[in-house]
Amino acid sequence: MTPQSLVITNGRLVVSSGEPVAADLRCTGGRIAALGADAAPQPGDAVFDAGGMLVTPGLVDLGVFAIDKPAFHFGGITRAALMPDQGPPLDHPARVRFAAQSGKPDFWVHPLAAATRGLDGTELAELALMREAGARAVSTGRRWIADSGVMLRLLSYCAMLDLVVVSHAEDAGLAGQAVATAGEVATRLGLPSAPAEAESLAVARDIALAEMTGARLHIRQVTTAKALDLVRGAKLRGVQVTAGVTPAHFMLSDLELVDFRTFCRFSPPLRADEDRKAVIAAIGDGTIDVIASGHDPRGPEDKRLPFADAEPGMAGAETLLPLSLTLVRDGVIDMARAFALLAANPAALLGVNAGRLAVGAEADIAVVNPARPWIVNSDKMAASAGNTPFDRRPVEGRVLALWKGGARID
Amino acid sequence: MHPSNPSPSSESPARSYPAGGLAFPHRDLTGIGQLARHEILYLLDEAEQWVELNRQSHKRADLLSGLTIINAFFENSTRTLLSFEIAGKRLGADVVNMHAATSSVKKGETLIDTAMTLNAMRADAIVIRHASSGAVRLIAEKVDCPVLNAGDGQHEHPTQALLDALTIRHALGLPKGSDLNGLKVTICGDILHSRVARSNILSLTALGCEVSVCAPPALMPAEIEVMCVHVFHDFDSALKGAQVVMMLRLQMERMQGQFIPSPREYRHLYGLSLDRLAKAEAGALVMHPGPMNRGVEIDSQVADHVERSLITRQVESGVAIRMACLEVLTRRTRQVPGWDHLGGENA
Repeated sequence: MTPQSLVITNGRLVVSSGEPVAADLRCTGGRIAALGADAAPQPGDAVFDAGGMLVTPGLVDLGVFAIDKPAFHFGGITRAALMPDQGPPLDHPARVRFAAQSGKPDFWVHPLAAATRGLDGTELAELALMREAGARAVSTGRRWIADSGVMLRLLSYCAMLDLVVVSHAEDAGLAGQAVATAGEVATRLGLPSAPAEAESLAVARDIALAEMTGARLHIRQVTTAKALDLVRGAKLRGVQVTAGVTPAHFMLSDLELVDFRTFCRFSPPLRADEDRKAVIAAIGDGTIDVIASGHDPRGPEDKRLPFADAEPGMAGAETLLPLSLTLVRDGVIDMARAFALLAANPAALLGVNAGRLAVGAEADIAVVNPARPWIVNSDKMAASAGNTPFDRRPVEGRVLALWKGGARID
Repeated sequence: MHPSNPSPSSESPARSYPAGGLAFPHRDLTGIGQLARHEILYLLDEAEQWVELNRQSHKRADLLSGLTIINAFFENSTRTLLSFEIAGKRLGADVVNMHAATSSVKKGETLIDTAMTLNAMRADAIVIRHASSGAVRLIAEKVDCPVLNAGDGQHEHPTQALLDALTIRHALGLPKGSDLNGLKVTICGDILHSRVARSNILSLTALGCEVSVCAPPALMPAEIEVMCVHVFHDFDSALKGAQVVMMLRLQMERMQGQFIPSPREYRHLYGLSLDRLAKAEAGALVMHPGPMNRGVEIDSQVADHVERSLITRQVESGVAIRMACLEVLTRRTRQVPGWDHLGGENA
């Protein structure tokens, strides 16, 4: 069932570089057919007047823990890469195939195959079969593969299969049972903590192994200055490494942990403020390629617990866009780069023809008012749980309309 | 034999406190970190009367008669539980002990559900020990009665710090109202995992002490110096000038090579022997929150030293401090004049 052809008029298109351009956009057969002068509405086309607002690609969220359509649609997200940390883990082709179908038609799920069976970090999972079943990349989950031999074999195998390996960079030996970054706050609160170097150590190893094998490595969250320096250096050497982050790590520091706020319990944990600033600088200079929500809605049974006993993660889908737009307002990045981080780059890593406004690309499109103010309210979230550390925070930027494959999502 | 008394502070010992409930405007006692200096002193001063009472043959005051106090201990404890139980009973309250080992906590009930259950039983005060930092505060937010922290994870153990301060004050012969200005205290042991250390650092620094901490690097928390302490790894250097030496219990399970190589190696570096104690200030006093590993962190000759060891006096002060905390925190419930509302932050 192909949707009716669509023309979005009177919008400002966010294209791959430069300022948004005032132009029309036409979609047919679920794909973008024309931009600008060629995009005039034809008889029978549906027409949407964007009213001078931004027309952007639908966001591609690289690394979420739950499929939560209302939250994703609220946030302008049309595709998400699902982490393998499910119960049971996505380590079997059948589960991957099921997950890949689970959001259609109005939301596309790109499963990330578990790198190892049960995410235990010891035996490789059936990666090629899971690729056939729809896995778009391979992930170590929210865990670190401690055995460097396993990681080496994983990377060389994935290099052969041309699958990106999405890794979680926290040296498990250093991290142990830590729930916070070592420093004043963890010391005062008496929380189990690990030094920030747990991340740089992990990043250093994974980069070295990626360099050896020629594999494509994506480190899902790089949150410390030292680890970002390692990524920066590796990129200069031509290593195929990319880095991601979630808004929590450029908006918040470990000072948020006072009062034992479990909504601020993340993996990796919040860092010192200098590291937060280093993340912003790395977004600005291109070291960080992807901003993702890490969407992980958790109810009271997982969060209304003592800090160290609570599960990590936040419901981030709804706030991904407005919090990323703060970087545009602050002059760290321009609008085109914001949508590269939120859509084009993750789409490219997953190898899907989406995430950009270009002829032939999938017609995943959002109309966005980047200045519309609203207040985050954890009691009234579209997400299945309200575990946001940004409760009561005023933000700007809201999705006004959203299309997946040219079909309007209400 | 006592070390030279600390220099008297500018305020007179006969201290005056804000009137009524403003003297202690907190519903709960979750940590020393929530208390101002004068509030710490207020609790110490309130405890003095109970020290007196506890030394008499009739040790009973019926101030809390009719009130129910629940001691909810989610982590094993003998002495702290006993101390709270005795404190409650001497004040005339009905004291009930809940041991996590025999409770539905083991059946998967969440901490909050347990707290709500205790709340529904209309306790007038709940004393909580839990293995997770912040757990007591979490419960305090969910129940209607005062909550006392009897130790939460590696965070705080406020009544221990209060009883330590009271013990020191008595040992130095300081009168009611006195702080510990200028006193040099060295805390040695597993600082990283110790809630006793954290609460004592907060309390002693607030009372004017100069605090040093000593531990091997693996047992020292990151950036501990921000808590206004001197940091040592060498015990002899840490002891120099110390008027009070506070030894911490070393948990044996940490000695299987995870943090330190062996008990005897720990003793070699950090055990308090009489020879070692001689490196501190002449007449320095020795404390330990118990239970002790004799022959590991402390030698028996030191622990049992009649003039230098305050260890049994700490236990004595413990009951008085817990009586003071229970009595003060239940004043609103008992409608003590002037305490009918909370001032300050909890208003």
